[in-house]
Amino acid sequence: MAEPVIDTAVPASGALPWIEILEWGQALLSGGLILTGTFFVLAGAIGVLRMPDFFTRIHAAGMTDTMGAEFILLGLVVQAGFTQLSLKLLLVAFFLFVTSPTATHAIAHAAHLSGLKPRLGRYQAPDLEDIGKGDRS
Amino acid sequence: MKYALILAVTLAGYWLTLSGYLHEPLILFFGAVSVAFAVGLAARMKILDSETVPYLNTAKTLTYFIWLFREVVKANMAVIKAVLSPELKISPSMIMVPTRQDTDIGRTMFANSITLTPGTVSVDVTEDGILVHALLSEMANPDDFMDMGERSGWSVGESSKSDEAS
Repeated sequence: MAEPVIDTAVPASGALPWIEILEWGQALLSGGLILTGTFFVLAGAIGVLRMPDFFTRIHAAGMTDTMGAEFILLGLVVQAGFTQLSLKLLLVAFFLFVTSPTATHAIAHAAHLSGLKPRLGRYQAPDLEDIGKGDRS
Repeated sequence: MKYALILAVTLAGYWLTLSGYLHEPLILFFGAVSVAFAVGLAARMKILDSETVPYLNTAKTLTYFIWLFREVVKANMAVIKAVLSPELKISPSMIMVPTRQDTDIGRTMFANSITLTPGTVSVDVTEDGILVHALLSEMANPDDFMDMGERSGWSVGESSKSDEAS
């Protein structure tokens, strides 16, 4: 009677570390993906603040809804594993992939139609000293 | 008829993904009725064609999305470098990119791909081309868009233009 107990106990204890390693890998992978996404969202926010005019700001904002959102969603998919939830998350990622450029285009097109002229040519951030002197063009 | 069937299968898959009711006959029956109703409406509105039901090319579209995602990652690196550099070296420019797609959905795909790629935004879509605003002047080269345009046309089932153009 004791033998089957040992039989089931040995493979279970042999398999357990692997499951644990997989769970750790899953957590690390999803954490890494989410962190990457957050980094892009942050960079996009910084870009929106630093860019000189409307059209250039759109580019920075676009970064958040491509890399930012997609990487965070991928991280959540890894977290959810092979479930219905991750299918739904993939659907969300797909819809974002399709709808966010449409929205961006709508904004840019509206600005273009209403006659907003983009600032063209080379641009460099002004020096801090120049801003201090009051030249804020 | 073919498109009605494709639409029904797609809607059923979509419904099942969102609801997850695989073992409840009553709810499944309601789902089936909803799918039939939606397909019936679409048929009555006569919008069942390759443009509204573009799922025949799903494999091609997904292949294209994977390629596009790689492009997006590459372009993101360039934009992020420009944004985070202390001098903020950018050179905004506007260019006209010619479109060679024959279908509206192909052109939409192309314009959306341009917008999705960070650093380039399609500002206006006209008959002869797409007006593109680029953040860096090195991104504003019409020839670089040709490859993307061809691929986005291909992804929605258009035949390749390369033999026609040469």
